[in-house]
Amino acid sequence: IQMGLAENQVSFDLLEDYLEKHPEASSTTHNFKENALYQDYHGLKSFRQAMASFMSQIRGGRATFDPDRIVLTAGATAANELLTFILANPGDALLVPTPYYPGFDRDLRWRTGVKIVPIHCDSSTNFQVTKEALQSAYNEAVSMGLKVRAVLITNPSNPLGATVQRVVLEDILDFSVEKNIHLVSDEIYSGSTFSPDEFVSIAEVLNDRGSIQSESERVHIVYSLSKDLGLPGFRVGTIYSYNDAVVTTARRMSSFTLISSQTQHLLACMLSNAEFTENYISKNRERLRRRYEMIIAGLRRAGIECLEGNAGLFCWMNLGPVLVDPTREAELSLWKLILKDVRLNISPGSSCHCSEPGWFRVC
Amino acid sequence: IQMGLAENQLCFDLVENWVKNNPASSICTPEGSSGFKDIAIFQDYHGLPQFRNAVANFMAKVRGDRVKFDPDRIVMAGGATGAHETLAFCVANPGEALLVPTPYYPGFDRDLRWRTGIQLVPIECKSSNKFKLTIEDLEAAYETAKLNNIKVKGLLLTNPSNPLGTILDGETLRSVVAFTNSKSIHLICDEIYSATVFDGDAAEYVSIAEIVDEDRNSNVAPNRLNLDLIHLVYSLSKDMGFPGFRVGIIYSYNDVVVGCARKMSSFGLVSAQTQHLLGSMLADDDFVGEFIAANRRRLSERHRRFTAGLERVGIRCLRSGNAAGLFVWMDLRRMMKEQSVEAETALWKVIIDEVKLNVSPGTSFHCSEPGWFRVC
Repeated sequence: IQMGLAENQVSFDLLEDYLEKHPEASSTTHNFKENALYQDYHGLKSFRQAMASFMSQIRGGRATFDPDRIVLTAGATAANELLTFILANPGDALLVPTPYYPGFDRDLRWRTGVKIVPIHCDSSTNFQVTKEALQSAYNEAVSMGLKVRAVLITNPSNPLGATVQRVVLEDILDFSVEKNIHLVSDEIYSGSTFSPDEFVSIAEVLNDRGSIQSESERVHIVYSLSKDLGLPGFRVGTIYSYNDAVVTTARRMSSFTLISSQTQHLLACMLSNAEFTENYISKNRERLRRRYEMIIAGLRRAGIECLEGNAGLFCWMNLGPVLVDPTREAELSLWKLILKDVRLNISPGSSCHCSEPGWFRVC
Repeated sequence: IQMGLAENQLCFDLVENWVKNNPASSICTPEGSSGFKDIAIFQDYHGLPQFRNAVANFMAKVRGDRVKFDPDRIVMAGGATGAHETLAFCVANPGEALLVPTPYYPGFDRDLRWRTGIQLVPIECKSSNKFKLTIEDLEAAYETAKLNNIKVKGLLLTNPSNPLGTILDGETLRSVVAFTNSKSIHLICDEIYSATVFDGDAAEYVSIAEIVDEDRNSNVAPNRLNLDLIHLVYSLSKDMGFPGFRVGIIYSYNDVVVGCARKMSSFGLVSAQTQHLLGSMLADDDFVGEFIAANRRRLSERHRRFTAGLERVGIRCLRSGNAAGLFVWMDLRRMMKEQSVEAETALWKVIIDEVKLNVSPGTSFHCSEPGWFRVC
């Protein structure tokens, strides 16, 4: 049974319902030619406006987004790579908290030549980043002769399934200011938090601190509709940057990875419909929460604990107590057992660079 | 008036008609919505099989079914822009070079060099030879690069040519391939304008795919070519007029390149919604046949009328045998006070400011001779 793919399939009925009621969302029946010819790397204005308002709604209106700062890319995969190309040179380093999404190893490093230096997090702090861990990672990079260019966080976290606490966000932002580096916040799961109040976006932190330019111009948010809307096939990623130079450069670079105009049109219609989006966001949250609680309860009955999570499409399961020894090898043997005998495909923590053995991501 | 954008708007009536009669090709319509969920979650970088089959089918039909394309060699990219960059990442390292005949599409300077760090070495083609690429010029450019310690990894050809609107004759193309093969360098053929070859000339167009086939099936000396060096770039932006859909294709005869490019396509996949639409449209042989024929006919008619009009006012366009493309390569050398880049720029400003036509000056295409303009 596939439990290794983070897909959101709980809310397709809502999408299909919308489509049934809104035939104009299909460009095949609506201005086909104009749409097929549209290749401007700025992206359809109506789509950017819809994205800006959708992102704001997800944050309960606590942050607003300027459509002209939204750069479109074909998926968050492309957005993360693109930002890395812009913010770092080959051989430079990004600091990334562990455990992290395995795809980053390829997306951030492959063609860019940039290195990832891990910020080690463990269960003693519920895997939340600490000031010590940040400094330690920075020191490690420097000792390897690497120039640190940015911290890249995923909030809510994959694979933890938990939001980053406000105080931690403040610490990370302060650290970035102190070291004069950038802060990339991948908020791809922002619409998948179970309760609207528990997610604090870096955008809100900036707002609350008075939107000081020297702070905001180092902050960039990555978003996508692959997780919150369950549309990974449509390749919809965005970069939201508070830095004008980054916006301009990113926009030009997006030529390599634009979103199909057909898809921009569909989503512009859908996401500008406030009735649809509000209903979707709240129902999606509710369904994800119920699904999460069900699996947590089931695991608990079997004596298995998970990290207390409040977001995402998965849970972070602790099989540390049943490991033969607290080692990576023991974790991998256990994983093979689960794969072959129990026939469940789940993801071992070591694939996410988790420094504490025994944890598994279960979707 | 915008005459600087190479867009193909001539056959939308046919496309819109097809789309109206095939509502299931859209996942948003009542007829197609049952497929919505599966398409929305499909993110496999291999691409939808029906999409790859349809593209392979279309590419074959564009070449009069003289060749077949293997759907498993079709790799997606973010438009031809993304395809070119991905291939450059695959075949060359930072600092290494690709040879490119001039004049060439200005976008190459960014697409091939920006993030890859590779260089472009121009092969200057001359009007005395109707800007045709010669083996002598190719060899000279290759040797000069070597003397300058530039490692040449490949040659990039755009055939049919942008901005010339000409196609390379079979004999020259075969010599070019023989050259790149002998030097063991890659040959990348951008055939993005392959379906714009005019009526009457269509049978004259020789695709690199046909050269590959000839080599495989040769009775005299089969398999002389190292196919691992041959790659094709394609897109639907020009032939079909769908630049917004971002359909870039890499077709490589090199398995390692196919594998690598496919993984890299994660950075620029075609929207599954669009793959689904085109997977249906381009598999419809009746539509494809009608489209290709009408496209050719209308483009050649438009070209004929335009060049005739220019002739009447004494302006010549490049006429070099067979023609193609969405533009003409106009010769305004006689109108310049002197044969210089400055004079060309001055003339261009007059055309923009006073005549109010946006045309593209030859120097933006790295043309070695001032006075030529691309007009769409």
